[in-house]
Amino acid sequence: MYAIGEKKATREAYGAALAEFGADERVVVLDADLSPATKTGTFKKAFPERFFNCGIAEGNMMSVAAGLSTCGKIPFASSFAMFAAGRAFEQIRNAIGYPKLNVKIGATHAGISVGEDGATHQCLEDIGLMRTIPNMVILNPADCQEARLAVKAAIDHQGPVYLRFGRLAVPTIFGEDYKFEIGKGVQLADGKDVTIIATGLMVAHALEAKTILEEQGISARIINMHTIKPIDRDIIIKAAKETGAIVTAEEHNIIGGLGSAVAEVLCEECPVPMLRVGTLDTFGRSGAPAKLFEIYGLDAKTIVEKAKEAIAKK
Amino acid sequence: MNTEKLNALKLSAANVRKMILEGVHSAKSGHPGGSLSAADILTYLYKEEMNVDPKNPKNPDRDRFVMSKGHASPLVYAVLAEFGFIPKEDIKTFRKADSYLQGHPDMKGTNGVDMSTGSLGQGISAACGMALAGKYDKKDYRVYAILGDGECEEGQVWEAAMFAAHYKLDNLCAFLDFNGLQIDGDITEVMNPTPFDKKFEAFGWNVIVIDGHNFEEIENAVNTAKATKGKPTMVIANTTKGKDVSFMENDANWHGAAPNDEQFEKGMADIEEVIKSIGGAC
Repeated sequence: MYAIGEKKATREAYGAALAEFGADERVVVLDADLSPATKTGTFKKAFPERFFNCGIAEGNMMSVAAGLSTCGKIPFASSFAMFAAGRAFEQIRNAIGYPKLNVKIGATHAGISVGEDGATHQCLEDIGLMRTIPNMVILNPADCQEARLAVKAAIDHQGPVYLRFGRLAVPTIFGEDYKFEIGKGVQLADGKDVTIIATGLMVAHALEAKTILEEQGISARIINMHTIKPIDRDIIIKAAKETGAIVTAEEHNIIGGLGSAVAEVLCEECPVPMLRVGTLDTFGRSGAPAKLFEIYGLDAKTIVEKAKEAIAKK
Repeated sequence: MNTEKLNALKLSAANVRKMILEGVHSAKSGHPGGSLSAADILTYLYKEEMNVDPKNPKNPDRDRFVMSKGHASPLVYAVLAEFGFIPKEDIKTFRKADSYLQGHPDMKGTNGVDMSTGSLGQGISAACGMALAGKYDKKDYRVYAILGDGECEEGQVWEAAMFAAHYKLDNLCAFLDFNGLQIDGDITEVMNPTPFDKKFEAFGWNVIVIDGHNFEEIENAVNTAKATKGKPTMVIANTTKGKDVSFMENDANWHGAAPNDEQFEKGMADIEEVIKSIGGAC
């Protein structure tokens, strides 16, 4: 469906997957006046009778989704990550998380790669917010193939799921035979000196970093942590024991996201030197995504530096 | 409405009010004022109107009820006990650590609760979702909700008001418990959300104004709502906060406070007086 190397934004795969798996009549899609951007418009075209625009009112949308789910529907409530996880946090917490309702939150335009729209729209806090809600599952796919499978997995999972998608076109990494299971991290390459645990579009940057490290004689294991919650403890502990150093990489504040989740596991189970790549507790700014990755250190170069630093701390 | 039916409703409402007092007295906390004010409305809905069955509380075709002002949980539990959804003796466990009767309604733990509420403004939106599902599925069930007047200071109520009118949710009937008081005092002094009738009309709702303690008016409003097509209905019910407990009536201090033993006895005696005044029902 997506050719390896093909560049496409995961939000595109979100819309396409909704249309594909939306043949399940329980699926309904809600949006807050962003359907051309979130790509739920693709579903709307396929199943107009099951698409409900909620207007620019995200709080109401989340609670409406909760009500729909009590009547057997599987609502996908869609907006930008900033307004889904941010503005509607408390609705998600109280009306969806607390009663463990079967609502899926499709959050697009996550992270700094939103680019030119700037800091108000670059959500770097959503994983942290969602992670603190009991019952919430958080999926952060790395490419379109994974995004498609994440939508399917979310439909099959009974309970709330937060799905994080991006605006920026990213290279397809995984082939048709790729297997996706909620809560199971995926080792993409083995290595012995250090493990890079990445999520979302940082997975591609991590693979790039691995090549650079290899040229310098450093062997890095790469793990794709598509599920931030529940976090795959086993794969983290195994990596810590076998490689002795960990670097996390995410398009999110280093506080509260993947880095925090991995640090919690390491501290409790197997402390080893660990460093985090992410935005350093700062807001973003307008600019081209590639330039922003460079400014905020969300690139292969920074991962390489942190990997070497972590190894030196062993 | 004939006298027999009216008296039976009054008696049920009085029993419900006694259980409200028992719950908050036993818990030494909770929200009696706004539970007592909406007691007649919810008693009417469960006794006369709603298609619900304690033995089959999850029936997909049932009518739904959402207490959007979730702090009126003592009323929800009292009504569920009065009509057989939960044992009456459990009312005394309200708010205790080993009880399923949470401070605010929990749909996962309590038989007959259709939506977890407590954070204001959200219940009415969830009720919209239920009504939308009913419309889509072409089911006949109706969705009822009770809103607080102070709750209408929450912006989300108006988001929901737009939504319900936009999707023509005529299977949704909400009651606005207009008792005029919120925690900090008179609603018009804290942050005036009135006029409710003109606002909901402007948002596209069918609006009915009633005396929220008059069962005939409640019944007429419910029937008018059922007959109204293409619009949701908002029944603005003028009520008395703390209704039928003399020292609680029209006093904002009883929004979220429990009576001590002496006050509890006095309150129960007040309600007994109401029961005595109901001719022929006892």
